[in-house]
Amino acid sequence: MNHHPTEPQETIVTDMPDRPALLKRWRPRGAVWLAAPAVLVLLLALAYPLAIVVVRSFTDPAPGLDNYVWFFQSAVNRTVLQRTFVVAAWVTLVSLICAYPYAYAMTIVGRNLRLALILCVLVPFWLSGVVRTLAWVILLQDSGVINSFLRGLGLPPVKLIRTLPGVVIGMTQVLLPFMILPIYSVMKGIDTRLLQAARSLGAKPWRAFLQIYVPLSLPGVYAGAIIVFILSLGFYITPALLGGPRSILLSSLVQNQVLSLLNWGRGGAMGVVLLVATFVLLAIAAPLMRQKHSSTRREA
Amino acid sequence: MPSFPRVLLGLFCLLVAVLLLAPTLVVIPMSFNGNKSLAFPPVGFSWQWYDNFFRNPDWTTSFSNSLVIALIVAVVATVVGTLAAFGVSRAAARTGGLLRALLITPMVVPGVVLAIGIYAVYLDTHLVGTVTGFVLAHTMLAIPFVLIAVQASLEVFDRRLETAAASLGAGRLTVFRTVTLPLILPGILSGALFAFITSFDEIIVALFITSPYLKTLPVQIYTSITRDADPTVAAVGTLLFLATSLIIIAGLLLGMRRART
Repeated sequence: MNHHPTEPQETIVTDMPDRPALLKRWRPRGAVWLAAPAVLVLLLALAYPLAIVVVRSFTDPAPGLDNYVWFFQSAVNRTVLQRTFVVAAWVTLVSLICAYPYAYAMTIVGRNLRLALILCVLVPFWLSGVVRTLAWVILLQDSGVINSFLRGLGLPPVKLIRTLPGVVIGMTQVLLPFMILPIYSVMKGIDTRLLQAARSLGAKPWRAFLQIYVPLSLPGVYAGAIIVFILSLGFYITPALLGGPRSILLSSLVQNQVLSLLNWGRGGAMGVVLLVATFVLLAIAAPLMRQKHSSTRREA
Repeated sequence: MPSFPRVLLGLFCLLVAVLLLAPTLVVIPMSFNGNKSLAFPPVGFSWQWYDNFFRNPDWTTSFSNSLVIALIVAVVATVVGTLAAFGVSRAAARTGGLLRALLITPMVVPGVVLAIGIYAVYLDTHLVGTVTGFVLAHTMLAIPFVLIAVQASLEVFDRRLETAAASLGAGRLTVFRTVTLPLILPGILSGALFAFITSFDEIIVALFITSPYLKTLPVQIYTSITRDADPTVAAVGTLLFLATSLIIIAGLLLGMRRART
């Protein structure tokens, strides 16, 4: 996920000149057409549906910008939009704090312990999100694990389900593997001899870590942060099951407009806002990851 | 971090590991609940929710629907995605890069936006609640995973082996079948597994394009959570948890053995 798209191809280009003529013969220019079926699937199931969402946001029920004017004028919508970004920022921050030391530990422990740590990341990564959210419903509900524990201690119950903190806790746990994996994959490529070199030149361990290791690990941090932030913006199942009326996020609002109110135009406009926010963030982050990534490779 | 006490780092990581895994484990005791309730702590002990999962047609049909759809998706997405991986890695650098960026966009498009778009298209083309509809949408979502997995193994694949085979007179197809395919097979197989899981777990698009006649397992789980406190969801969750863990442990052990040999 943190690979930059053009990297592998560049190496291919560089060894193009000394490639035998024979090889060129059966690796024709038309190779790109092998991707045609995949592109066709994407056109049918991705591009066309998204185009319809965009078109409807401008034409349903009447042509014009009415749906967008409505979206940005409604105080409720602005609150939800803001809340969606705030929640995404919290989830990204908390998962980064949890993920960075964890990923670092994965690179320095022995093989068996590393396998155990990887297992702890991969099982939740591949386990159905609905099941993991179900677990949080059981934990956070009024008659749930946390509240029965508090009751056992003679403490008053806390309201967790259908609150914003509940949503943030659940989302962070569900998205944490998406932060750990990119950071780990960059960290494991960092040459630790650079740290020894820095220390042999008199740098304090902390300084060597902060000035050498942290900058080299940044591409993974950027990749993980952008993935978690983007996935948070569009998260639907976890907020829908753990949230309440006061913690609704944008995706639930989209679903409500389309399925309950049959208002495709307004739902579409919200969807387009979400889509544009996602791609703007990606456009900002992509060069950041690329530049840093190549510097890791050069130095490491 | 080197000067930082290792103990503190260890404790912190233990905490994160517990946070990653422990919350999910709570479904296990709930699945043996004697009462029809998801309230904690569970009361008594019974197998009735597992029994319900294997007998109740709501659960059995949604499970078999998911299985069938995910198997078709695994085959289709693996073929289409593998072809695309070849296209991407053998095209000119710029085209290949663009193509790759295009083909992995399904990973970043917000699920709900995609879901309402697909729902709109399917309403017009009568694909709502059809296997074809599910397979098309899930294949699109699975292609990036296959592409990434196969491309990773193509990157480490030594192309001179193909040249060698070709120079010895093997035709293009023979080279592919006897040299290229066996060497990138691990990548293709993990791509197929990713595609299967992507489809089997997919919920957001499924919630929109489902119908009373065609429900997938995640949709059934979701509606069961929102409708009533039926511990059958906890039984399903436990089974999925066990299956996922076993597959990953098997994968890690296989990877370890391959690395050693």
